[in-house]
Amino acid sequence: MRWLRDPSFWVSVLIVALAGAWPLVTGSASGREDMSLILMFVILASSLNIVLGYTGYVNFGHIVFFGLGGYIGFYLISQMGWHLIPAAIAGAIVTALFAAVLGAIILRLRGAYFALATIGVNEAVRALIVNWDALGGAVGMTMNFKRYQAYGGPMNALWVAYGLMIVVALLSVITSYGVRTSKFGLGLLAIREDEDAALVLGIAAPKAKTIAFVLSAIFPALAGALFFFKNGNIEPGDAFRLHMSVEGIVMIMLGGYGTVLGPIVGAATYERLRGYLLTSPIFKDLQLAFAGVLLLLIIIFVPSGLVGWLRNRFPKVRRVLA
Amino acid sequence: MDVLLPSLVDGLLIGFVYGLAAMGLTLIFGVMDVVNLSHGALIVLGMFGVYLLYTALGLPPYVGLFIMLIAGILLGMALYGIAIHPLLGGPHLSTLLSTFAVSMVIIGVGTALFTSTPRNIDFSLGAVQVGNIRLLGTRVVAAFVAIIMAVGLYVFMYRTHTGKSIRAVANNRDAAELVGIPSRRILALSFGLGTMLAMVSGGLIATLFPFNILSGGVYELKSFVICVLGGMGNPTGALLGGLILGLIEGFVPVFMPVGWTPVIEFTLFVIILLVRPSGLLGAR
Amino acid sequence: MKGVKWLLTVLFILALVVTGCAKAAPTPAPQPEQKPAEKPAAKTMTVVLGFTASQTGKYAKESKEQVQGIQLWLKDLEKAGGLKLPDGTVVKFETKSYDDESTKERVQQLYTKLITEDKAEFLISPYSSGLTAAAAVISEQYGKVMITTGAASDSIYKQGYQKVYQIYTPASRYLTGAVDALKAWDPNAKKIAVVYEKTKFATSVAKAAKAYAEKQGFEVVLFEGYEKDTTDFGPFINKIEAAKPDAIIGGGHFQDGSTFAKQLYEKKTPVKMVAILVAPAVPEFAELGDAAVGIIGPSQWESLAKYSPDSAKAAGVSWFGPTIDEFVSGYKAAYGYEPGYHAAGGYAAGLVLQKAIMDAGSIDADAVKAALDKMDMMIFFGHIKFDTGEYHGLQIGHDMVYIQWQKKDGKVVREIVWPEAAKTAEPVYPLR
Repeated sequence: MRWLRDPSFWVSVLIVALAGAWPLVTGSASGREDMSLILMFVILASSLNIVLGYTGYVNFGHIVFFGLGGYIGFYLISQMGWHLIPAAIAGAIVTALFAAVLGAIILRLRGAYFALATIGVNEAVRALIVNWDALGGAVGMTMNFKRYQAYGGPMNALWVAYGLMIVVALLSVITSYGVRTSKFGLGLLAIREDEDAALVLGIAAPKAKTIAFVLSAIFPALAGALFFFKNGNIEPGDAFRLHMSVEGIVMIMLGGYGTVLGPIVGAATYERLRGYLLTSPIFKDLQLAFAGVLLLLIIIFVPSGLVGWLRNRFPKVRRVLA
Repeated sequence: MDVLLPSLVDGLLIGFVYGLAAMGLTLIFGVMDVVNLSHGALIVLGMFGVYLLYTALGLPPYVGLFIMLIAGILLGMALYGIAIHPLLGGPHLSTLLSTFAVSMVIIGVGTALFTSTPRNIDFSLGAVQVGNIRLLGTRVVAAFVAIIMAVGLYVFMYRTHTGKSIRAVANNRDAAELVGIPSRRILALSFGLGTMLAMVSGGLIATLFPFNILSGGVYELKSFVICVLGGMGNPTGALLGGLILGLIEGFVPVFMPVGWTPVIEFTLFVIILLVRPSGLLGAR
Repeated sequence: MKGVKWLLTVLFILALVVTGCAKAAPTPAPQPEQKPAEKPAAKTMTVVLGFTASQTGKYAKESKEQVQGIQLWLKDLEKAGGLKLPDGTVVKFETKSYDDESTKERVQQLYTKLITEDKAEFLISPYSSGLTAAAAVISEQYGKVMITTGAASDSIYKQGYQKVYQIYTPASRYLTGAVDALKAWDPNAKKIAVVYEKTKFATSVAKAAKAYAEKQGFEVVLFEGYEKDTTDFGPFINKIEAAKPDAIIGGGHFQDGSTFAKQLYEKKTPVKMVAILVAPAVPEFAELGDAAVGIIGPSQWESLAKYSPDSAKAAGVSWFGPTIDEFVSGYKAAYGYEPGYHAAGGYAAGLVLQKAIMDAGSIDADAVKAALDKMDMMIFFGHIKFDTGEYHGLQIGHDMVYIQWQKKDGKVVREIVWPEAAKTAEPVYPLR
């Protein structure tokens, strides 16, 4: 395998694997909770990057996949008594189908029109689920505590969910790397730079875009199922929070748009920065405003993000930072 | 039916105000191809401007609107210089994020200053009863102000030299530069006008409903829907889109549970985007 | 092998960054000042009490009140020399709390930390049903006793938890009193419209209220939810008017509730009674002026309420803790203003925990659980008793009081109008 000899592959994968394994080694439950959140953001940002960073389509509705996967998975576990793993996979499959149909339709739109359509899709799905009584409607669904017994008791269930979260995070990073370095990925980059030219060059843009869209939908759907399993309840407001999509975009910008490592670094940095700002006595009240100023500065002065900046500044690191 | 008529009238009146709010968003998009994600925050700024002038200085809300008019243009031009101009010509993502960053700053500072406690302008113009329709003074005036603003904008765009320059820049910036139109100043002015429209509509909404610092999000989403209905970049279309949205909101509850309104709105929104992305009236 | 060196360096730095994030511990929220323990007369032990506070985010305001209530309880307990067990041991509490930013993700992270790192023996819930549901999963997993306050949802208690106990009257009984009141005030009223915000809390309240109203012989002429963030109720109100209800009950949160009330007033909707959730219980509701007059709202607790040792005796249960006056004056002295029900709920949560530990005679979680299961008492907050059957931990003793905004000498003031025994003024009925 060519990948296995590529240092940049190992950098991305090992960072996620080592950081993810840390709580497993120490056995610290609160370390696990901290890392679990970061891994979830890594999944969201890495998968979003396939559409946003590689293909150049701004998706504000990425979180709709997280919510759908979460809802389907949670429904199967809590109402139908499925095990977490098949339920999460079923959620991901349905979400992927949804993404395939949706992508085939809305990826015809370009630029701002696409971005707006994705907002519309997220809101429409959320509003639909609010009115859908079989899925609990506005009240949402809860899971009986006894369900955790099947995973070796409630405490163990959390570790199981966490282990799966690491696996999903690794899969999403490997997929992101695989797409980036493949011929398919080059096609996506060509679409990003100039879609019409790409079409002329013989890239089947509609098909490529839809595949990218479906790939980006699978991982948040899995993460959604894991997250709400751990949470024990689900409701529309938590599952389809538009704000989380925007956070995902900010993470990508912070780390480096269109790179493999960027979303990982961005997710971790964002999470840490947010924690710092929220608890620091100086910024506590103004944290949102301060984060806004910071975002503005990044877009204007470091538009390629941390990883992009390193790659541009030190060409030597390009071999290890993809 | 005796519910239908009053509901349609209610929807129509509020539709003018929605339309005005969306006009600012669509104008900016039409001229510089930027989707302004700080639109909702600017609407809230207008709400709080009018509210503070009313509670602190006792200025009637409609006087406050004039002040928002001027403040809006100035603020918009400043924002253009900071967050838009350096990024024009780059990918869409840059301006989407920079305007989103502006919104974070406005909401962040606003939350620190005013908290998220709801505010209400306790102001009434009475009501008129016509048959089974009850017309509220504030709503009629709000619709009226929205119409005046829309007509004013139309006259400005089509009858004045500056307005024509804005349209020229919107059509083709390079060509406009060639014939000696200072495109940077024109773009700044357009952003100022868009901001002004957002803030004035915010001020109008504040006379109708209670609000808080986070209320902008709802109107921003509505504005997106309206812009798409009327055609992105088409201010006249925005007014029409506003009326359609108002009518939907008046119409839907009569026939089905009111909770379905957003499902219908956003589905329609996506469908129009796909079937007729230039909007019901066509672009510009 | 320059590449390898590069690889290792970069890998090392990045791993540091990422794990560093995991270690980034949230700083503790300000603790109530702790005086050094006075010389212990008997054996003392210190127990950690953990909870999260929403210092930022959408629940910041309510959460602050709740935490102040908890802190006042601790201060009072400290003043009394701590909690004395029957065997003479003195139990002192040390509190640990963090900012949960009003988000579920944080809540789970922080409650895990409270239990595993800070070794908290007992927990109090965050504010709001959503956050509490997230916290309850964790506390139950570790077998800790958690007293929930600021959380009225019923669904938490349908999940089979064994050590989660609710202080607030649950959502299912939020508006049932309004139905009783209507029945008592006007035997001719037959039609009710139930309209509610499509959120978890309001929907569960509305469903229960509808079922109850139908059982009481009312006809529910309209049962509809509106989207959260609704601002224009015009067309919806037209629809409500067309259904010709005698009373409108429902609502959601402050924002939509006050907007709804304002527009009902502007439209002069002809109904005899309007009872809506949350908004009327908030002091800022008075900003609506005349539009507030006549609106009824349920409240978990009012400083005007009439729970006392005497009423406890009348109800045949024991009384525990301070009287309402003592609590109110203590709170005023500490924070400079009158407590609302969020604050009272916080204090009550502490008080219930205190009584349970005293009854149990130990801090063992199972013993305390047994004591809570048996608990049946009256405190300044009202009657406290928990369900021990299918919905274990659900509050079944405490009742809501109903306030109504009324006009007195040109000012809008709130009065208790229901239940009969607690009322401070005659209700304004019919409204229009």
